[in-house]
Amino acid sequence: MSKNAIIVGLVIFVVAALFPFWFNLGRSDTVAPKPELSEQAKAAKKCVLEKYDMRANHMSLLDEWRDSVVRDADRMYEAANGEKFQMSLSTGDNSCIGCHTNKEKFCDKCHDYASVAPYCWECHTNPKEITQ
Amino acid sequence: MNQKYMLPLIGVFLLFLLAYAGVEGANMQWAFGIIFPYLAVILFIGGFIYRVYGWASSAVPFRIPTTCGQQKSLPWIKQNCIDNPDTASGVFVRMVLEIFLFRSLFRNTKAGFARDETNRLSFSWEIFLWVGALAFHYSFLVVLLRHLRFFLTPVPACVRFLEYLDGIIQIGLPGIFLSGIVLIAAVLFLLARRIFDGKVSYISLASDYFPLFLIIGIAATGISMRYFTKVDIVSVKEFIMSLVTFHPSIPEGVGGLFYAHLFMVSVLFAYLPISKLMHIGGIFLSPTRNMANNTRAKRHINPWNYNVKTHTYEEYENHFRDKMIEAGLPVDKKE
Repeated sequence: MSKNAIIVGLVIFVVAALFPFWFNLGRSDTVAPKPELSEQAKAAKKCVLEKYDMRANHMSLLDEWRDSVVRDADRMYEAANGEKFQMSLSTGDNSCIGCHTNKEKFCDKCHDYASVAPYCWECHTNPKEITQ
Repeated sequence: MNQKYMLPLIGVFLLFLLAYAGVEGANMQWAFGIIFPYLAVILFIGGFIYRVYGWASSAVPFRIPTTCGQQKSLPWIKQNCIDNPDTASGVFVRMVLEIFLFRSLFRNTKAGFARDETNRLSFSWEIFLWVGALAFHYSFLVVLLRHLRFFLTPVPACVRFLEYLDGIIQIGLPGIFLSGIVLIAAVLFLLARRIFDGKVSYISLASDYFPLFLIIGIAATGISMRYFTKVDIVSVKEFIMSLVTFHPSIPEGVGGLFYAHLFMVSVLFAYLPISKLMHIGGIFLSPTRNMANNTRAKRHINPWNYNVKTHTYEEYENHFRDKMIEAGLPVDKKE
């Protein structure tokens, strides 16, 4: 193969292999955004799981909740810390959205950062978005 | 027990344990999270260029394309333009099909004796290696491209679209990615082929098994982190972003399994240029594929040719003319 073709190929390889390095050059917003806690959430100080567990596991918990509500009509969740919560995204103060009132400032912050597109909102509605 | 696959298997286990124990026991996050990944990038790119440079600077003494069809000949004989190309465009099409569809593997055959009394040796078409290889390579590509979501901020729409397609069957939470399942199934098939097919097993070496076990280890830890043991994905992304923006910082609370995954990936990348995995670059430089079969139309001069000192008949006669005339031998020139 000709020398030029090989050099062009190698340049393409190096540029492609280092893509993440030059794509993020000069970017300062690469730090994870902090989800904003509402006043209620700040006051309550406790969630259904511990903080790290919640960050890693909340989607599995919601999956279990969905099965529990849809199949067994059991809507009460007793957390490890003794508190009781509604197994619901959006009904009452004791549910997820009841405490974390602002979806954009709470859920979406991390989901957008990690490129996660949960399909929760294909069925559930965010009450705030309806009133807007 | 076959030491050809036991040694690589133990090796991959040790690599896993080294990273897992190093992080969980000795708190060496800085080594497995920062030093080894950067080192792997340097070794990968440097080693890759070194290998390609080595191939590029070796001479190709002959035009040696493998011909799998009718050569260009008389006008009324139909040429196979792709399998026996005589132009650069034909070679290009041949290379594209080879790289994206593994056409030479598609022609794979197996030899076997007939099971009746004739006991005749016959060859049959064997397509499963091709199917397994396609499934493996493409699912690995999708997995690799999907991981760009940890390396880029904001995540480009094409990566998100790929994720959407990959997770389109929406089973469970977090949703199952098809590429992960296909990858682990295909790599297990390729491994089973090497272990259980006697003829393939006979020609398989430790260096054939090691990448397979390493990829199984990487896929298993990745799948485990996504679906079973869980990891704080936002901290992980923040950590990866800190690496690619050259401000490395170790996240809190991320466990040994993630570092084991990262370390095995680093080993895979560092190992790639010195192993058979280098076919990723080598496929472009295979002289049996990337040359046109035009030896009858163009003269191919061997770059190794040097000026051979020749002694023509004219020079010979000049040297011995007197003696030849004396002996009565015929000569071209009389004086």
